[in-house]
Amino acid sequence: MSAAPAASYSPAGPAVASQRHRVGFGHYMLAEWTKIRSVRSTFWTLIVAIVVVVGFTALITWVTAANWNGPRAAPRDARAIADPTAIIFGVAIYLGQLAIAVLGVLVVTTEYSTGVIRASLLAVPRRITMLAAKVTVFTLVMFVLAEILAFGSFFVGAAILHSHVSVSLSDTGVLRATFGAGLYLVTFGLFAMAIGVLLRHTAGAISIAVAVAFVLPILAGLLPDTSLWNHLVGYLPVQAGSQVITVHPTGDAIVLSAWEGYGVLCIWVAVLFGFGAYLFSRRDA
Amino acid sequence: MIEVRDLTKRFGEKLAVDHLSFSVQPGRVTGFLGPNGAGKSTTMRLILGLDRPASGTATINGVPYAQIPTPLRTVGALLEAKSVHTGRTARNHLLFLAQTQGLPSSRADEVLRLVGLSDVAGKRAGAFSLGMGQRLGVAAAMLGDPQVLLLDEPVNGLDPEGVLWIRNLMKALAGEGRTILVSSHLMNEMAVTADHLIVIGRGRLLADAATEEVIARSSGQTVRVRTPDPDRLTALIAADGGKAVPSATGNGNGNGNAAAEAAAGQPSDRAPVLTVTGVAAARIGELAAQSGVVLHELTPQLASLEEAFLELTADSLEYGHLDAQPADWSSR
Repeated sequence: MSAAPAASYSPAGPAVASQRHRVGFGHYMLAEWTKIRSVRSTFWTLIVAIVVVVGFTALITWVTAANWNGPRAAPRDARAIADPTAIIFGVAIYLGQLAIAVLGVLVVTTEYSTGVIRASLLAVPRRITMLAAKVTVFTLVMFVLAEILAFGSFFVGAAILHSHVSVSLSDTGVLRATFGAGLYLVTFGLFAMAIGVLLRHTAGAISIAVAVAFVLPILAGLLPDTSLWNHLVGYLPVQAGSQVITVHPTGDAIVLSAWEGYGVLCIWVAVLFGFGAYLFSRRDA
Repeated sequence: MIEVRDLTKRFGEKLAVDHLSFSVQPGRVTGFLGPNGAGKSTTMRLILGLDRPASGTATINGVPYAQIPTPLRTVGALLEAKSVHTGRTARNHLLFLAQTQGLPSSRADEVLRLVGLSDVAGKRAGAFSLGMGQRLGVAAAMLGDPQVLLLDEPVNGLDPEGVLWIRNLMKALAGEGRTILVSSHLMNEMAVTADHLIVIGRGRLLADAATEEVIARSSGQTVRVRTPDPDRLTALIAADGGKAVPSATGNGNGNGNAAAEAAAGQPSDRAPVLTVTGVAAARIGELAAQSGVVLHELTPQLASLEEAFLELTADSLEYGHLDAQPADWSSR
């Protein structure tokens, strides 16, 4: 490594010389975009998300189609006929949400684990503004990806089921459910990101996201089937939010309509980000 | 200019920074000295708005850091703790920082060239050696061509070449009229770098004075002299009002650098060594020349800054006196 002699130091680069530079939210968003695209974990988690969502859609619909009229297949066939979108999205979206959630956590917690948060805050000391830029960029990037995943998943699943059940976007509620599947993925990613802001630790934040996504539904299933419990469970983030993916609601937790449920998930996210932003603005970095 | 007024920071029970006030002037290198745990890094983090003070203020050119619109264009900082994503390339690290300040991406390439990292611009920062990481930190600090620089232990762990590079860079930047605050616990490093010293211990200000003044304030300046004729030189120095005593260790310079000397091929000189107090090195040279006494070595002892520092911080060494301060261990 050759030492650059101090004499070679060029003072103001031409760009720096220009006085009184104004920067705005757009600059911060551009910087956050550079951050998110310049680490490998982004690409790996997105590849996992694509493989899991499209892969499981194909697998589940293929298993259904291949065993049509097979032994003990009657209940499943009936369900596929009654609610084909549930077969298409029922497994894939709920597994895929984990990859999006991991990315949501990582964009925040790796700033802490690697220490780059200090560089980030030296550059943008208005912390809430920096957090807002990060949230905006994550939301935009994930929205595009999640909608591609949702519609891709629908078309793959619908094509595989086609020989037995016909389902199209023009059927009642199907377009909303497909678009909603993308929205749900982004929003759950934001939910995980908010937990990352609160905890600042990767493992802890991912554990909580997994618990909310997979453990709470299991626990909810063990609760007595009373109106009170059904209402409480219906307002949990995943249970409420998933209503927007559901075309024919079934079971106990029909306490919220599709958009009401999605709204409840958004409120969860907003409240967590509210707490997170408050702590973020006050904590030592 | 950096101004710190009555700054206080607590970590639980522990007072990390204790009503600290000082200012850092432009155009010179100001050394920020203190034993480990004295509160140097915390003070810098408070100045930079990374930590919230319990009370007091810190301003840069009269404004708190958080209120500077494009802070990297005013202040550059090299923190001791890592602040680079290990998976991101050096260039992308600088690129996102440049974008937050409205700087063009070409500025990232410029500072990479400045610190000599152009060849590894596309390499992930996690693969960097300590010295390269430090250079990347300097590049980030210089990105906005700031008038004010804060460097926290910049030479820690660097090889001699890197130390020299940082030292020359700081002097050159101060020469351009910039404000430079550099922290260190290495006295000798500060003696050759800093024009002014701010010494703290236990979060309190112990000294705020020119480097020479801090040295002069210590018990006395000493000069190390090696001569084949120690008796005559001792008499000459005594006649001039000074005092020369034979050094206990014939070899080695009292700084524990005997090994370094041996490596440099010096121990072949068996001439006796005197430690002189009360007469400056220049005067000893004159005396010797007038009387024709041969000198093999004439070294003003920088170790005296070490002594000055130890004197100043004797009462404030965090882990120095276990019996006196048992509470500090339990509160950590």
